[in-house]
Amino acid sequence: MKFTYYPGCSLESSAKEYNLSAQSVCRGLGIELLELEDWSCCGATSAHNTNRLLAELLPARNLFIAQRMGYDIAVPCSACYSRLKKTDYVLRNNEEKRREIEQALGFKFDGSVQVYHLLEALTVKFGTANIAAQVKKPLAGLKAACYYGCLIVRPPEVTGFARPENPMIMDGLVNALGAEARPWSYKTDCCSSNQGLVNAGIARRVVDRILGMAAEAGADAVVTACPLCQTALEMRRSPDITIPVFYFTELIGIALDLPARKDWFVKHLVDPGPLLQNLSLAG
Amino acid sequence: MSAAAECTTLSGLNGFAREVGEKSGQSIQLCYQCQKCAAGCPMGEFTDYYPNQILRLIQFGRKEEVLKSKGIWLCFSCETCGARCPNDINIAEVMDTLREMALAEKVPPGIKNAPIFHQAFLNSVKNRGRVHETLMMMNYKLKSGDLFSDLDVGLKMFQKGKLPILSRSIKNKGEVKKIFHRASGK
Ligand code: SF4
Ligand code: SF4
Repeated sequence: MKFTYYPGCSLESSAKEYNLSAQSVCRGLGIELLELEDWSCCGATSAHNTNRLLAELLPARNLFIAQRMGYDIAVPCSACYSRLKKTDYVLRNNEEKRREIEQALGFKFDGSVQVYHLLEALTVKFGTANIAAQVKKPLAGLKAACYYGCLIVRPPEVTGFARPENPMIMDGLVNALGAEARPWSYKTDCCSSNQGLVNAGIARRVVDRILGMAAEAGADAVVTACPLCQTALEMRRSPDITIPVFYFTELIGIALDLPARKDWFVKHLVDPGPLLQNLSLAG
Repeated sequence: MSAAAECTTLSGLNGFAREVGEKSGQSIQLCYQCQKCAAGCPMGEFTDYYPNQILRLIQFGRKEEVLKSKGIWLCFSCETCGARCPNDINIAEVMDTLREMALAEKVPPGIKNAPIFHQAFLNSVKNRGRVHETLMMMNYKLKSGDLFSDLDVGLKMFQKGKLPILSRSIKNKGEVKKIFHRASGK
C-alpha cells in the first residue's frame, strides 16, 4: 500500500517524534509513504481566521502536488488534515470556487486522489486487523484514553468520520494492540491549542480538565492523533499533572517492538518512561 | 413579532446580517436560539458572547458589538457548534467571516494579540513556504510585547530539539508568495 505523505510544519519541529514514529511504523507494516514533493504550509488556523481565500489556495497547492504524484494523501496532523480535506470538499462540491482556485494556481483538479488522516489510513484503509496480526509485544496492562480532538471528526459532512460524537476507530486500534481503551466523554473536546500562545491561562484550564477526566476514567495515558493536541496536552498542563500523552503511532511502534522507539520518547515534555517501565514495555 | 422571527430568507434581513450570510454562505436567519451551540462551546466560560448570542446580534444588525467582541477572537474553531446545530448553521464559518470583516474594517480586536499571532504565523509561511516555529514565536513575542510567558517550557522544547534554529524553506517559494498576493487582492 502506498500513500503520498504530507507531514506538515509541526512534524519538523515540535512534533518530531510523531514524524519519526509514523515513518518507522509504516515501514514496519509495509506501507510506503512518499513525502509530497516541495510541500508548503496548509495555512492552519491563522489563514482561515483571517483570509478565507488564502485558506483554500494554500492547501490546494498541496492537493495538486499529490494529484501529480498519483497517490492518496495521508496526513498525520489533524489541523493540516482539516485544511486539506475542506479544500478537497470545496473543489469537489463548489464549481465556482473550483474554477477560481484552478485559475489562481494554473492546475486542473481531477478528483483522482483522496485525503485521509493518517489514523484513517492505518486503521480503515490498511486495516486494524492487519496491524493486530503483526503485534509482537501486546500492550498488556496499559489503560488509555483515546483523544480524537476536533478537526479529525468535524465537520462530519466534510470528514465523513464515523460516529462523530463518540468515535471508536482509535479505541479499536488500542484494544487490538493489547491495551484497554477506557470509555470517557471528552474524546472530541477541543484542546484549545489555537489559544495557547495568546491566552495561556485559558488553555491551561481547558487542558487540565481534559487530563483530569482521562484520569477519572481510569486511564494511565492519553493517546492522540495530532501534534497540536499532543503539544497542548503536554505543554499547557499544570506542572503537577504527570499523565503521559502518546501519539497513536508510538503505541503501534511499541507493539511491533520497533527498537527505534527509544528516540521518540526522549522527546516528550512529560516523560512516559516510568509508566512504560512499570508495564515492562520500555524496550 | 420580532424582526428576526419575521425573516425566513436572507433577503429579509438587515444589511449587516445579509452581508454576513452571503459572505459565510450560512442561513443566519434560521437560528431560533435553541442554544445547542452554546451548550458545547468550550470558550463558554471565558467569552463575552456565546455563539447563539453572536447569531442574535447579527440578526439584529448590531455590527459594532459583534465585530469588536472578544468572542470572535476567542473562538477555538473547534466546530462543535455547527456539528450540533439543528439548522445546519456552520457557526465556525460565520466566525471566520466576522474576523475577516473586523480586520478589513480595522475594528480594534477584542483580544489584542490574536491577530498579531496570526500575522506572525502567516509572515513566516509567506517568506519560507513553511512555518518556522522558532522564529515565528520569537516574532510574535516581539510584536505582542508578551516577552516572558512560556520561557521555561520554551527552553525545555529547545533542549529536546523541538525548536530548531535551522529549518528548510521550500524550493518554490515564489509559488507561495504568489498565492499570498492573489489572496490579498494585490
Ligand atoms: S444551535 Fe443553531 S439554531 Fe441553535 S442557537 Fe445555535 S446557531 Fe441558533
Ligand atoms: S467553533 Fe467557536 S463558537 Fe463554535 S463551539 Fe467552538 S469555540 Fe464555540
